[in-house]
Amino acid sequence: MAAFFDMGGYGGFVWPAYAIVAFVMVGLWIMSRRFQRTSSDELAALNPRTRRRQQEPNDET
Amino acid sequence: MKRKHKRLTFVMIGLLLLGSSAALILTAFEDNIVFFYSPTELVDKKPDPAQRLRIGGLVMAGSVEKLAGAVVAFTITDTAKTVTVQYKGILPDLFREGQGVVAEGHLKGGVFQADEVLAKHDENYMPPEVAEALKQSGQWKPKETTQ
Amino acid sequence: MIHRFANPTRFVRLADVIQPWAAGMTFLFFVTGLYFGLFASPADYQQGETVRIMYIHVPAAWMALFCYTAMAAACGTALIWKHPLADLAARATAPIGACFTLLALVTGSLWGQPMWGTWWVWDARLTSVLILFFLYLGYMALNNAFDDAERGFKASAILALVGFVNVPIIKFSVDWWNTLHQPASVLKAGGPAIHASMLTPLILMALAFKAYYLWVLLIRMRGEINAMKVRALRMRQVQQADMADKVAAGKVG
Repeated sequence: MAAFFDMGGYGGFVWPAYAIVAFVMVGLWIMSRRFQRTSSDELAALNPRTRRRQQEPNDET
Repeated sequence: MKRKHKRLTFVMIGLLLLGSSAALILTAFEDNIVFFYSPTELVDKKPDPAQRLRIGGLVMAGSVEKLAGAVVAFTITDTAKTVTVQYKGILPDLFREGQGVVAEGHLKGGVFQADEVLAKHDENYMPPEVAEALKQSGQWKPKETTQ
Repeated sequence: MIHRFANPTRFVRLADVIQPWAAGMTFLFFVTGLYFGLFASPADYQQGETVRIMYIHVPAAWMALFCYTAMAAACGTALIWKHPLADLAARATAPIGACFTLLALVTGSLWGQPMWGTWWVWDARLTSVLILFFLYLGYMALNNAFDDAERGFKASAILALVGFVNVPIIKFSVDWWNTLHQPASVLKAGGPAIHASMLTPLILMALAFKAYYLWVLLIRMRGEINAMKVRALRMRQVQQADMADKVAAGKVG
């Protein structure tokens, strides 16, 4: 197990490389999901058909 | 329909012009884009000792020598010409005889005084056992067995 | 209006079908690719265990070029045929491609330090990939630089097409000039120079990256379609308000 993490002495290069790839790819996925959700909320708030259900009753226009 | 074709030809001609100008510029600046010179090029060039440049090639097998004062001497070859390099410092892990190397420094009196040595590896990837088997069966690439 | 909405609606229906498959493929290929890459493959005869960086570095670099090619093709389609989804596809691809390019640069640096003996050199391959990264950033910046979205799309599409000259330069830089970076191992004449035990994790990881791209692209496309509809609705509101103002002004004056 220790030998696996050591990577023949190159663990300090191999693991950060994998960690950065995981971080960036998961991060991009989360941000893309958030973008999809916020844009769909925005659309629902503007759309006359769904607006009545989505917005507070005291909201005008 | 007409406008669509016009836009298509416009984009195509634009890309063509752009591509050819890029090719021209890259050819014109070839000397600056080249990362290193081969021993043959360097011997032909006869550069100024003050000029800082890089030389690349294979470390000739059996040429690595430890001199006094932690200086390492080795010979870089492109299988046609050779240049002797002297270097003081830490060599990269991949530095070994028969492998590619790039040295940066000055050519003084026929000896290349390097202050930086980088290893350059080739495009071959294989497990050690396979490399061993290839060597034993004599299928090893000839360029790595220079001398 | 109908033309603008009909196509995206069909696209979203198609995306509904593809997206779970893309997600499943991403997980499947990542699990198998990581298993082969980290456990079930040997160390290299020269580079030792650092060869495992190749299984993320090379797919990231391939996807960096693939995404730019896809983006440029989408931009060309948008400029020439005015397809309503093409601009959105290019916009959705740019951040993914930029991430892949960044990953290729960073993992390459982490590989270069132990093997070459340096984090970075200004050779033709590394420099041209750095330019690719700036092209992605430039595209994204220009895309959002205009108040009128359509003008931003047009200007950035032209930039993306101009920058496409860089793609063949990156691919062939290792053949045209002396570089520190090694030449191509997989996509080269005479077949791959990688042993099968190492080619397996590389291909699996490349498929994982590709499936991930498709997955995230579909998510971002949905977002872009929503954003486009929001823009259209806002514009209509403004126009209606203008119209109402004009009518009111006509009545009063």
